[in-house]
Amino acid sequence: MGSYLLKRLLTLIATLAGASALVFVVLEILPGDAALIMMGPDAAPEAVRALAAKLGLDQPALQRYAQWVGGLLSGELGDSYAYSSPVAELIAERLTVTVPLALMSMLLTSVLALVVGVYAASHHNRIGDVGLMGLTQLGIAIPNFWFAIVLILLFAVHLQWFAAGGFPGWSEDPAQAFKALLLPAISLAVVQSAILARITRSAVLDVLREDYVRTARSKGLSLRATLWGHVLRNAMIPVVTIMGLQFANLLAGTIVVENVFYLPGLGRLIFQSIANRDVIVVRNCVMLLAAMVIVVNFVVDVLYAVIDPRVKANDL
Amino acid sequence: MTTAAATRTDAHPGLITRLRQQHNLLAGALLTLLLVGAATLSLVWTPWSAFEIDMAAKLQGPSSQHWLGTDPFGRDVASLLLMGARSSILVGVIAVSIGLVLGTAAGLLAAARRGWVEELIMRLADFTFAFPAILSAIMMTAVFGAGIVNAIVAIGIFNIPTFARISRASARQIWAREYVLAARACGKGPWRITIDHVLPNIASVLVVQATIQFAMAILAEAALSYLGLGTQPPQPSWGRMLAEAQTLLYQAPLLAVFPGIAIALAVLGLNLLGDGLRDLLDPKLTRKR
Repeated sequence: MGSYLLKRLLTLIATLAGASALVFVVLEILPGDAALIMMGPDAAPEAVRALAAKLGLDQPALQRYAQWVGGLLSGELGDSYAYSSPVAELIAERLTVTVPLALMSMLLTSVLALVVGVYAASHHNRIGDVGLMGLTQLGIAIPNFWFAIVLILLFAVHLQWFAAGGFPGWSEDPAQAFKALLLPAISLAVVQSAILARITRSAVLDVLREDYVRTARSKGLSLRATLWGHVLRNAMIPVVTIMGLQFANLLAGTIVVENVFYLPGLGRLIFQSIANRDVIVVRNCVMLLAAMVIVVNFVVDVLYAVIDPRVKANDL
Repeated sequence: MTTAAATRTDAHPGLITRLRQQHNLLAGALLTLLLVGAATLSLVWTPWSAFEIDMAAKLQGPSSQHWLGTDPFGRDVASLLLMGARSSILVGVIAVSIGLVLGTAAGLLAAARRGWVEELIMRLADFTFAFPAILSAIMMTAVFGAGIVNAIVAIGIFNIPTFARISRASARQIWAREYVLAARACGKGPWRITIDHVLPNIASVLVVQATIQFAMAILAEAALSYLGLGTQPPQPSWGRMLAEAQTLLYQAPLLAVFPGIAIALAVLGLNLLGDGLRDLLDPKLTRKR
């Protein structure tokens, strides 16, 4: 386990370093002059030069990269060009919307997928199974942002139970803030859980075919007791893995859905920063999102090896 | 003899029997045909011009003149949807081709060379997964400005590791077969074996995956265009139509319904087609279900 963990850890560090280099090259080296991008093509050359000097863009690229990575490690990400405030503070503030939204949709996704997947598997090839699988096929095809718009149409425009968008803030009114995240979380969860429900169903079906399940059933154990006692636990291994791999989709979905509901999260910050040509904020946000995906994949890899020791033996 | 033949037919149904059992394939093929048909039709005919602005006819409901109504600029929604199919197919075909060609080449190389080459390629594939299409598109937009090319490249890049992984895994199975061993014994090199034996044998897996990735590309293009990172006006796209419709939810709610249905039907069709093809090309899977 020790050498496996060390190998994975080294891969994690190398991947993070590679990701930071890529983000730096694309957002700092490729454009040529980041200061010109920030100020726009009509800016006076003196102003561009002044900004470049202020941001340290006149220093060698390698030195700038080292400074940025050092800043990432110490949490000092520099100041936003558009907001004139520390980028770390801006991101931390926006994460108070994005992280609860992601967690809520993850929780909803798991519950929905588990209920639908287990029900479908235990009613294999019966009408409930066929109907639910048809619905999941539809769920996979629906874009989450469109489903979000349909929810707004139904619950905000027609029934007027929810606001069509916006976020009142946690300190103002926590209940309203929670309510503001509910529709976005549902729109993300329904689409995500469609994929996961199908995986749960096939994982449960696979385990149901195992000899020990047949033995349990032949001993007179009811289907329900077999499902809870023997099947679910074993079927969870692939389900948890896929959940981890879906994390990148969830983050991408969060970025889009935040824009549908005008939620002041990380996704909105990125788009506002693109509109403001605030390359510094974009660079740090992109790095943060990529790092999240990389770290979650690492955790899933390690967890998988802990749950199923064969993974280490076959590690390729 | 007859009994034996009948048993054999049940266990290994012929292509025609399997085709008949394939409701997924049929439904998927029909929906995909509808998508391709809409895009092709828009090349030669649309009910109205998708670019002509007619403010006098803005925000009309469905009628015999405008089957699906008009948008805030008086443009015919049905015509915009037909043209939007073209954008979706264009992005899907090019993005999936980028992933298919580069990803398969990398996967085949990894399977043929093994060792550090394989390790390097697979780690690069893992690395690329850390940048979902939307992140790549965000980075490119921040540098080069928004546009359909960025969307295609971003979606294409994200397709590469999927094809690399699937082609490597399938190719490794082929490399373990006896006929490959025989080819090696005859003195065929890795390059020749890859072209003559490995690629033809993994082609069906790649076709199935390409269909599914096509569906994902359509979803990604719609999301990017919705965010303003993909297809740019005046070129119609389903994602952009939804973004414009969202500002008019109270006045014209139907505007937000039609493009969504179009995207869902296109993606559903391609997914069903992919599933159906997989069942058809891999009967073992069908029987297992």
